[in-house]
Amino acid sequence: MSDITKQSLTELADNIKDKKLSSTDVTKAFIDRSEKSKELNAYITEDFTSALDKAKKFDQKPNLDLKLPGIPMAVKDLFCTKDVKTTAGSKILNNFIPTYESTVTENIWKEGAILLGKLNCDEFAMGSSNETSFFGNVQNPIDKDLVPGGSSGGSASAVAGQLTPITIGTDTGGSIRQPASFTGTVGLKPTYGSCSRYGIVAFASSLDQAGPMAQNVKDCALLQEVISTYDPKDSTSIDFKRNQYSKELTNNIKGKKIGIPKEYRVDEMPKEIEDLWQKGIEYVKDCGAETIDISLPHTSYALPTYYIVAPAEASSNLARYDGVKYGFRAKGENLIDMYEKTRSEGFGAEVQRRIMIGTYVLSSGYYDAYYLKAQKVRKLIKNDFDEAYKKVDAILTPSTPSSAFKIGEKTNDPVSMYLNDIFTVPVNLAGLPGISIPAGHDSKGYPLGLQIIGKAFDEQNILNIAFAMEEKINFKNKITEWWIK
Amino acid sequence: MSKKNSDYLINRKDNQYEVVIGLEVHAQVLSESKLFSTSATKFGAEPNTQVSLVDAAFPGMLPVINEFCVKQAIKTGIGLNAKINKRSVFDRKNYFYADLPQGYQISQFKDPIVGEGKVILDMPDGQKEVGIERLHLEQDAGKSIHDLDPQNTFVDLNRSGVALMEIVSKPDLRSPDEVSAYIKKLRSIMRYLGTCDGNMQEGSLRADVNVSVRAKGSKEFGTRCEIKNVNSIKFMQMAIEYEANRQVDLIEEGKSIDQETRLFDTKKNETRSMRSKEDAHDYRYFPDPDLLPLEVSDEFVKELKSNIPELPDDKKKRFIDEFNLSPYEATILVSDIDTAKYFEEVVAKMGKNKDMKLAVNWITGELFAILNNKNLEISQSPVSAKNLAILVNLIKNGTISGKIAKTVFELMLDGDKDPQKIVEEKGLKQQSDPKAIEALIDKIINDNREKAIEYKQGKEKLFGFFVGQAMKVSGGKANPQLINEILKKKLQ
Repeated sequence: MSDITKQSLTELADNIKDKKLSSTDVTKAFIDRSEKSKELNAYITEDFTSALDKAKKFDQKPNLDLKLPGIPMAVKDLFCTKDVKTTAGSKILNNFIPTYESTVTENIWKEGAILLGKLNCDEFAMGSSNETSFFGNVQNPIDKDLVPGGSSGGSASAVAGQLTPITIGTDTGGSIRQPASFTGTVGLKPTYGSCSRYGIVAFASSLDQAGPMAQNVKDCALLQEVISTYDPKDSTSIDFKRNQYSKELTNNIKGKKIGIPKEYRVDEMPKEIEDLWQKGIEYVKDCGAETIDISLPHTSYALPTYYIVAPAEASSNLARYDGVKYGFRAKGENLIDMYEKTRSEGFGAEVQRRIMIGTYVLSSGYYDAYYLKAQKVRKLIKNDFDEAYKKVDAILTPSTPSSAFKIGEKTNDPVSMYLNDIFTVPVNLAGLPGISIPAGHDSKGYPLGLQIIGKAFDEQNILNIAFAMEEKINFKNKITEWWIK
Repeated sequence: MSKKNSDYLINRKDNQYEVVIGLEVHAQVLSESKLFSTSATKFGAEPNTQVSLVDAAFPGMLPVINEFCVKQAIKTGIGLNAKINKRSVFDRKNYFYADLPQGYQISQFKDPIVGEGKVILDMPDGQKEVGIERLHLEQDAGKSIHDLDPQNTFVDLNRSGVALMEIVSKPDLRSPDEVSAYIKKLRSIMRYLGTCDGNMQEGSLRADVNVSVRAKGSKEFGTRCEIKNVNSIKFMQMAIEYEANRQVDLIEEGKSIDQETRLFDTKKNETRSMRSKEDAHDYRYFPDPDLLPLEVSDEFVKELKSNIPELPDDKKKRFIDEFNLSPYEATILVSDIDTAKYFEEVVAKMGKNKDMKLAVNWITGELFAILNNKNLEISQSPVSAKNLAILVNLIKNGTISGKIAKTVFELMLDGDKDPQKIVEEKGLKQQSDPKAIEALIDKIINDNREKAIEYKQGKEKLFGFFVGQAMKVSGGKANPQLINEILKKKLQ
């Protein structure tokens, strides 16, 4: 079957269960495709030999009751994988091989999936274009020299380019939804506390959440069903009743009330985005839902708030990378000199910038004006959503204020880069679930996404809305396979 | 309660200075596992054998609070008569050091688990109340070892993440003796509660000592210096003495005192500047986003409260009321939980016709002397409470004399022998038959007629001679009281 890599996760799983395909067939196909796709630079670490061994082993004694039977899968290189190098896209973890497995990946392997390799990402997930990775830029399969978004850029590129049938990313301020939007794929950022953070290299602990990235909503629902478990090893993991998201998936969203927040009509938003949003409103109406204008008054404060809270936590979370215990160590005259050289050489410019911002906003004399104020605003932003959800079941917005941009276009303008997250960060600050689905193309033929934001723990509802809209939109990604020689 | 201030003053020419001391005591929580990980906490294990991925701060590792340590902290708070905060927050204290794997210590900054409380000290001139500012939970750091290699520093992470309680006193202490009494009282309370073993040699209890001085009678506080990490009561006292005098000297010379952190050099017996206020770390405290605020319910606290054992102050009161002990005796017996336990066991084993005073004297006299001599804790006593009770009863009921008892006690030390058996085997039973003693005395008087006549003529000192003879002839077994009575009669 030459078109194996074109199949969705659901199709592949069904074909393996029906014994039309073996795990070895599928794994081989994705390895071949990955081998041919080196130009995308989606992988940091390939684990192909081991993957084939595991596939053969699976086929010898296939357990077809599993949810991901023998499905090969590459994952973002922020998840610690036992015995497989985990770098977080950084030089400072260039040689780090964990002896342990993250809970989320553990859940995936338990359902029969097989690790293909580790996918490129922005260094410590800090970036919106995958350009901060120590391991180089990732190409967007949509067009040469186009960024795939970030920080889960390698993941988005690998799914869009069919190097992996599905993947997982992490989302701290939009790192799943923005690259999904830039690559014409589906990405879900679950409710904070839905997926365990155990074993995920931390960026900003109060915002980080793992989530699925897929070719379609159903695949996304299936993977969410696998990765979302209560985990006592993560004190912020929440013990709530989780749905069988893929089984309970329905396109019946009649009577649902969808909020349209006026504050998301930002200045200088391209008309294409505005038009897409209007089309989105029509789609949900076509599905029998009702749209209601709402207000989220503190939206404009979300981005500055995010860029205080996230760097503050990061500055502390990244203190452990000091050259003492593991990872890269530079030679120094003494302990302090070793610290300075290790961290100056081991971290890239963007990470250093955020460590400095974070250190600054936590410093005595500035703490109240920045960090504490930001925490207060964060509460107001959450209150905005709580108020809105008294009237509506979900909220519809664009995923990003623009389509994908060229590599290098925004490298020297961090603020313009940060603006990419303007529609996604409020969701992280409020701890809510949000999903981005591809909804159209801009004039250049680049994909554009719409975001559906749900109530906390209401993943099923936004998956259903996304599922219904997906049917109406009938999006087709324009991929020319330009990178395959 | 006397609120009388200590007489400890530093005198210079015409000026008298009072010393103001506050302590930050770090007490290791008695717990099998660490504050946020499941690693063991045993003292003296091979380096880096009690280290989990969390303790070594591997990427993606997360802290999970150990409920037992929380209970221990609350119990200690109850023991300090303190307010238990139903909501407390863990913060990160950020600084870089090789033995601090996370690059931050998880501690409690703004919202500690325990608030204000108080401790009562028994000082020679009465009781003194010392205020507790707060108690919070925090992680210990690892240990840097600098002297194993000329080039390298070694790091042992066994201690990394071990739970500590930081107990902060108000600046209520006024002398080295009060500091000693305070530390001993804290240790006593925590040992009663089983929340800290108080072992200062193993570092389970250490303190940062804040010292300032001011003119006697002044209400203003002077500039304080903090002496870091002092690990014995003796060193604390020496450090305070040195530091207070240093500060007084500066004032007398018209100089000012810099607020700074100092170290106590135990070899030179002096404190030295470690870092000034300007060089103080900016720890960038903020709530740890990996941990939710710690919330405890009223029921949780109530349950712990109902299981608090009798504490030293209450026990002392009971010993005085129930056993008729003097406050002094009671204080000595309750100060250490094992001593109190021993005493209570002796009391129980003595049965109905007991002599409390005698028991106390034997414990605080002979027993303490032997323990001290052999450098043993009372829990390791070579004489069990049961056998000591038997011995006291043998004295009380006249079976043996106090003097013979000392001989018996010596023999008991070897293998905790039953004193009853020793008395029987060695024939040490006291001669208490008046007729036999009368016969004995008659014989002695007969043998020493001249001395008897001298005595009768007024040389009363000779009475002792006759007693001595009676004891000698009876091999020390004759009941001394009977000897006295009969001798007096016979020599009239």
